[in-house]
Amino acid sequence: MAQKHATPMLDELEKGPWPSFVTDVKRMAPKSKMCEDWLGLMEMSYRDKEGHWKHGGIVGVLGYGGGVIGRYCDRPDLFPNVAHFHTVRVNQPASKYYNTQILRQMCDLFERRGSGLTNMHGSTGDIVLLGTTTDELEPIFYELTHDLGMDLGGSGSNMRTPEGCLGMSRCEWSCVDTQDIIYDLTMEYQDALHRPMFPYKFKFKASGCPCDCVAAIARSDCSIIGTWRDNIRIDQEAVRAYVGGELVPHAGAGGREKGSFDIKAEVVDLCPTRCMEWDGKTLKIWDEDCTRCMHCIRVMPRALRPGLDTGATILVGAKAPILEGAQLSSVVIPFIKMEPPYGEFKEFVEKMWDYWMEHGKNRERLGEMIQRVSLREFLKACDLTPDPRMINTPRFNPYIFYDPAEVPGGWEHDGVAFRQRHQA
Amino acid sequence: MSEEAKLRIIEWVKQQKKTKHYFNDLCKAVPEIKMMQAKKIINELVAEGKLKYWSSGSTTMYMLPSEGDVDKEEKGMN
Repeated sequence: MAQKHATPMLDELEKGPWPSFVTDVKRMAPKSKMCEDWLGLMEMSYRDKEGHWKHGGIVGVLGYGGGVIGRYCDRPDLFPNVAHFHTVRVNQPASKYYNTQILRQMCDLFERRGSGLTNMHGSTGDIVLLGTTTDELEPIFYELTHDLGMDLGGSGSNMRTPEGCLGMSRCEWSCVDTQDIIYDLTMEYQDALHRPMFPYKFKFKASGCPCDCVAAIARSDCSIIGTWRDNIRIDQEAVRAYVGGELVPHAGAGGREKGSFDIKAEVVDLCPTRCMEWDGKTLKIWDEDCTRCMHCIRVMPRALRPGLDTGATILVGAKAPILEGAQLSSVVIPFIKMEPPYGEFKEFVEKMWDYWMEHGKNRERLGEMIQRVSLREFLKACDLTPDPRMINTPRFNPYIFYDPAEVPGGWEHDGVAFRQRHQA
Repeated sequence: MSEEAKLRIIEWVKQQKKTKHYFNDLCKAVPEIKMMQAKKIINELVAEGKLKYWSSGSTTMYMLPSEGDVDKEEKGMN
């Protein structure tokens, strides 16, 4: 079928071995006028090297301050079917478990009421419905909530849709029930998810173990990462079986087969804290020095397993580079049990939010605020005690900044007078 | 208290030159009220149609209903 708009530049993006979004949109175009005009608009943008979308607006659904992002085309005269092309974020089920019936219903709904284009999934984990008109927003919301049992996700200065790894549902290493944590946080903080109140976005992500499959440490303002505080469980027989070539290291990942396995080179010498020793018969681990990097467990999953006294480490402050550079989260609670109803964790979250709302500048992420006010002030505000595990190399930095309130007698520092005495 | 705070917030917004306001800025109108409480009040104002949301997708702001109009926005006039 002939295309409405010629797309010689977009066609280039279909060449090569990779899947192409252009092919996907062309497949939808015979069924969707929005997709036809989308192709024409994109071709014009590629040709002129200029974007033609206007982002943001006042559109939304009644009672919600997030979940819909207004988008308009600045050439509705040429491409009237994408004059409005709003994005709808749908809260994905915990760990993204669906049945095919729901997926079909959702696709049918969006073919009827939008462009039919979806993004599975956005980086926050939401199902993203790409391109609909203002008059379809309320009907989409009604059908999502009433017929599909689904809700909108977060956008703007809201708590964003929490996201977690598969957790205990499929992974033997998971130290916490990420699905339950994500569901619980989603339900507990519905108001924060749907009605904005923060200086900027706020993301929770939960990973069941330190492998951190959802990259919580890099992508979330509050990362919940499963860990253990007892010892790595060792099956010495299985260790010997790996060394003897009876078991495949890495569970065969990367095409690895049975054969030679150098435990010293592949495991012991790669331990970041050198807390392991192999004497030819027995593997010894000094667990007090283990930093939970998971490398040894990943290489020999039949021989090594996380401990049994499990919980989570809570870290805060990750973000992508917009204002400052990218930041990873920092540890603020080295170990917490994370058992339902997660009261201790929620108490921390609410103190953290109170402080951020009070002290955060507009469009300042939590991690940026902590960098500005100092981790010490943040810990104080959240009633947390500083701990060596919050520091990358605790024995390395000789500088200790004492708090006058914590030193008997204290002292006063007059910054202005100091500058007068030290003018250069 | 809540009704009086609502009036003060609306008055504050009306006095501003800018049309869109951050949550933190609205709270300046009622400095004695804790942020969490202010959030409830501001959301009531939205529910009552006295304020409305404007979102860029990453940040949300608030404006008076008279300031923004969906029809105008869709015609590129806002």
